Amino acid sequence: MSTPNGVMVGTPADERGRRRGTLWPTLRAIYIIWYRDVLRYWRDRTRLLTSLVQPLLFLIVFGTGLSSALSGAGGGFAGPAAAAAGLTYTQFIFPGIIGMSVLFSAIFGAMSIVWDREFGFLKEVLVAPIDRSAVAIGKSLGGATQAMVQGLILLILAPLIGVKLTLGSVVALVPLVFVLAFALSSMGVAIASRMRSMQGFQVVMNFLMMPMFFLSGALFPLSGLPAWMTVLTRLDPAAYGMDPLRRVVLGGAGLPSSALDRIGLTVFDTVLPIVVEAAILLAFGVVMLAIAVRNFRIRD
Amino acid sequence: MAEQAVISVHNLVKSFGPVEAVRGIDLDVQQGEIFGFLGPNGAGKSTTINILCTLLRATSGAASVAGIDVDHDPAAVRSRIGLVFQDPSLDHQLTARENLEFHAFIYDVPASVRKQRIAEVLEMVDLTDRADSVVMTYSGGMRRRLEIARGMLHTPDVLFLDEPTIGLDPQTRRHIWGYLAELPKKAGVTIFMTTHYMDEAEYCGRIAIIDHGQIQAVGTPDELKKMVGGDVVSITTSDNLAALPEIEAIAGAKPIADNGTLRVEVPDGAAFVPRLVRETSVEVTSVAFRRPSLDDVFLKLTGRAIREEEGSSTDMMRMMGRAWMGRGRR
Repeated sequence: MSTPNGVMVGTPADERGRRRGTLWPTLRAIYIIWYRDVLRYWRDRTRLLTSLVQPLLFLIVFGTGLSSALSGAGGGFAGPAAAAAGLTYTQFIFPGIIGMSVLFSAIFGAMSIVWDREFGFLKEVLVAPIDRSAVAIGKSLGGATQAMVQGLILLILAPLIGVKLTLGSVVALVPLVFVLAFALSSMGVAIASRMRSMQGFQVVMNFLMMPMFFLSGALFPLSGLPAWMTVLTRLDPAAYGMDPLRRVVLGGAGLPSSALDRIGLTVFDTVLPIVVEAAILLAFGVVMLAIAVRNFRIRD
Repeated sequence: MAEQAVISVHNLVKSFGPVEAVRGIDLDVQQGEIFGFLGPNGAGKSTTINILCTLLRATSGAASVAGIDVDHDPAAVRSRIGLVFQDPSLDHQLTARENLEFHAFIYDVPASVRKQRIAEVLEMVDLTDRADSVVMTYSGGMRRRLEIARGMLHTPDVLFLDEPTIGLDPQTRRHIWGYLAELPKKAGVTIFMTTHYMDEAEYCGRIAIIDHGQIQAVGTPDELKKMVGGDVVSITTSDNLAALPEIEAIAGAKPIADNGTLRVEVPDGAAFVPRLVRETSVEVTSVAFRRPSLDDVFLKLTGRAIREEEGSSTDMMRMMGRAWMGRGRR
């Protein structure tokens, strides 16, 4: 080929094209898109720290305040079994706040696609000779990774809240938090794939993230609710992530399973096993990711 | 081998609804050329370049880049071209090296040469010493250079640049051109670029002037200038109105009055000036002649001047976006 002097060294393009199939380039692209997100996250220490403020406010101010109010009103927000086990409201919402942190970080993280679009970087990715599915998958995993770290980092507060963590519960939490993070991050990517500017972000925030948070059972048990709300809570994918977190964290801390069942998520009066809840979340995430992939593959 | 068309376009048409942005374009670009696509905003430049880069699909007609049909195998085309967009597309929170690493990954630059290629392209645009600074700290010109380096990283056959110097100050523009002009010689790449800066078109080996979605003329800058005829003489006199018929008689062409100046084309400016001074009855207060510029060519072909300074509303928004981005992203 025509490289007159020795300045440029590289593989000729025609050799490059047929060297491998399509799977390996796609995996490599997924990796680098994921890696970029993680690198940016890691570099942005202030975001890492400021994102701890909201959970702390919930746990310390909101939790303490409501604990006092509830004990004044006679206590027992989660039934006699929980009360007998000495469960405070702050302890009750602790796993929920971990879930909240995952929920917000996952969707925010995934929505960074809209930033990338607005600031031009997305174009660099979209014109590359890669399958567009890599964009959706890489971004989803990137958002999920950030969200997982944001959630798990809160575990350091456990001693402060008086929740005992065991090795078993921490090990079980990692995949559960990841599944929740993945499901919500994929949802964020699916939404972001159709958004052309950050203007729609407020709408997503108010009409999706906040309702998902309030209906997820992060702040109150999902049992004994009015029928309309019972239906809505069961339609909230985040609810299937909060419940396993609560079971694992509080179960590990010694709350009896009878008390856990009372405050746990039931569907048609059946207590769902953790594995089923995780499977529901995973399925939701995969569907969302499929939508995102389809949206990214559309060419003008 | 040398006379091989790297870009070949045949009767290309692109409509957006009822609007025909590109109306039947034919062109061939040879390997190693710097080919300029020149025209005012909205002439169809960006649309054409986007079709060649596989970002848009043509309504009809055919185009191939590096021997590959753009509609048939867009992914193959993309792996053989480098792109520098009108709008910046760097990650400002990453360093130059990290931006290039990202690019190397998604363009499948083999791991064995990745480091070396990155070092080479950084050297090419003189950014080696700033390679590990975050792009946020870069000036506009440095960012552009980095984008050019990135476009060259995967040894493309063709480097497409859409208004590569838009929004940069004249000194930086010249600087960028210093790098671009060297690329075909150094790397054997073909450059296809759009611009609406006439002075930049002078750097190109060949130029196509496009207006209203059609090519008005193609040729080297000199060939195009010859279309204008001879030299362009600008004259001011104490009484332009009286001077006009006299000048017309001497020059054999009708002068155009433009902002207090009379402009006329003559075959030989140097011989014309003494005659002008000798033979006009009114006082000539100033006279200047110059070789025709591409501006004159454009004026002649389209009947209007290319508007350089007047930014469109999208340019304005783009500028505002940049200003905001600077603040919004630490």
